[in-house]
Amino acid sequence: MAQTIYQSFGYVIPETVLSIVFVLTLLTALIKKGRSRHLPAYIAMAGFIVAGVFVSRQAGVDQLVFSGMYAVDPFSWFFKVIFLVTGILIVIFSMQSRELAEGSTKYSEYYSLIISLTIGAFFMAGASNLLMMYLSLELVSISSYILSGFTKENPRADEASLKYVIYGAFSSGLMLYGISILYGLTGSLNFYALNQSLASGTSSQVTLLVAIVLMLVGLGYKISAVPFHFWTPDVYEGAPVTVTAFLSVTSKAAGFALLIRFFKIGFIDVGAQPAVAGMWEIFRGLNWTDIIAVLSVLTMTVGNLVALWQSNMKRLLAYSSIAHAGYILMGFVTLTDQGISAMLMYFVAYLLMNLGAFYIVMLVANKYHTEEIDGYAGLGYRSPYAAFALAVFLFSLTGIPPTFGFVGKLYLFAALIKTNYIWLAIVGVLNSVVSLYYYAKVVRSMYLVQPAENTRIEFGFGTNLMMTILMVPNIALMIYFTPILSWAEQSVRMFGLH
Amino acid sequence: MSLHVGLEQFLVVSAILFSLGIYAVISRKNAIMVLMGIELILNAANINFIAFARFGIMNLSGQVVAVFVIILAAAEAAVLLAIVLNIFQQLNTVNVDEVDKLKN
Repeated sequence: MAQTIYQSFGYVIPETVLSIVFVLTLLTALIKKGRSRHLPAYIAMAGFIVAGVFVSRQAGVDQLVFSGMYAVDPFSWFFKVIFLVTGILIVIFSMQSRELAEGSTKYSEYYSLIISLTIGAFFMAGASNLLMMYLSLELVSISSYILSGFTKENPRADEASLKYVIYGAFSSGLMLYGISILYGLTGSLNFYALNQSLASGTSSQVTLLVAIVLMLVGLGYKISAVPFHFWTPDVYEGAPVTVTAFLSVTSKAAGFALLIRFFKIGFIDVGAQPAVAGMWEIFRGLNWTDIIAVLSVLTMTVGNLVALWQSNMKRLLAYSSIAHAGYILMGFVTLTDQGISAMLMYFVAYLLMNLGAFYIVMLVANKYHTEEIDGYAGLGYRSPYAAFALAVFLFSLTGIPPTFGFVGKLYLFAALIKTNYIWLAIVGVLNSVVSLYYYAKVVRSMYLVQPAENTRIEFGFGTNLMMTILMVPNIALMIYFTPILSWAEQSVRMFGLH
Repeated sequence: MSLHVGLEQFLVVSAILFSLGIYAVISRKNAIMVLMGIELILNAANINFIAFARFGIMNLSGQVVAVFVIILAAAEAAVLLAIVLNIFQQLNTVNVDEVDKLKN
């Protein structure tokens, strides 16, 4: 049931906490100028942990608050946990980053933007109103434009933020125009009312098609799906590593959360029996599942093929993240509960392996001053533990058995085979084989190429511990993934469905 | 005979603005001009929202959206201008085609 505004505040305590911490972090800029570099980081981390405590209390809540603007349900709960874990890890990474320490003195602003991006992602995960959807998407986007150009003396970061803001503002503008058409067609901004209006079948097909394509531009840009991916490599390469890692997980996961909720609540014929067959009944003339399938195939193929030629590690991981968006979209094609739970599970794997890989890239950039793959030559001899950790993360990204990435892919493929998308599963497997080539290229460079110099470079105890913390779940969850699986299966529930 | 202005006229104006906005974003090299194109797109959407709220279905949410969009457009313009200013200080250009240090 929809709640009154006063009651609704009880459901947005984590967001409120984060907003307060946002202001507190910003205020630290005023006290002790330049001396307490890590103070805003500690405040931000404390904020994430307190918000985490309140989020953990929301487990199992299924409510629509603020007159249907915002849903607090198991589905958004899942994403909130992902955003908080990512936020905490990124704060830890940022404290160790040499690039940030040298490139900027404005730490308070940096951490407050990390928090505001997380708030935006929270709202994206729960948005069930077109206005809310646009506002939360813009909150994430504007924070990330500034973050990606944060080291503003670095021309590459400047270029990254310029490209990001132009692509981003353009695609969200197109999306807004799509929203305005949808509003005109259905007379409501609410996803649920949208569904009812579309179900009556009075809307014009062509206009609806235009509106949906425009919406897809905005959402596709956020998840960097081909053909809306052009900003991704440049932004990921130019931005500071910590920001790249943050964008590649939080911003992408939030985009997917919004995409799934928008289509699943707005465009599914809930009355159809069985629910799977009647998925896209509203669009009778068009086979939407096939269009999404083609989009997914394009995304992973382009991502993987272009990654083969990359020599910069961040750019390689950028294309790899495009490819992963393609894999995750495969689960969206089925739109069954099994497909979506496989997607959610893949997000957990993606968070662990992707953040791990970016962490090592950051450490290598700190000590070896390089982001080129050639610079990784002999890393296996010079910093054995970091090289081993990077190898684990890269094999996890490929989806090779002793890692969690394998389980994630397995469930995606299983969901596809169950809904008779066998051709798509085959394309997915072939793509994983292609991706092995470029991931293995890095591993080869680390272990088989002789380095120019042979001095050992060791990382401190804290850094090694952090690597272990990221590496252990990648392997342990392969053996014991039941809790993650059951969590993902419970989290497909959205308000108003089931 | 008085001239009647209805929903259609508003939608036509907004469609023209929208197309001009896309044209500006695609054809202009100056980052400020690209920003102008983006503003045109946002305002085209705004005209749609207000026209639908006024003529189409009798609820106010369209006008509320327009207010939010105006604020957001200002925020977005502020960020874009700050970034362009910084680019100009670093690279001495506001031409988006000349900012291409990252490989493609």
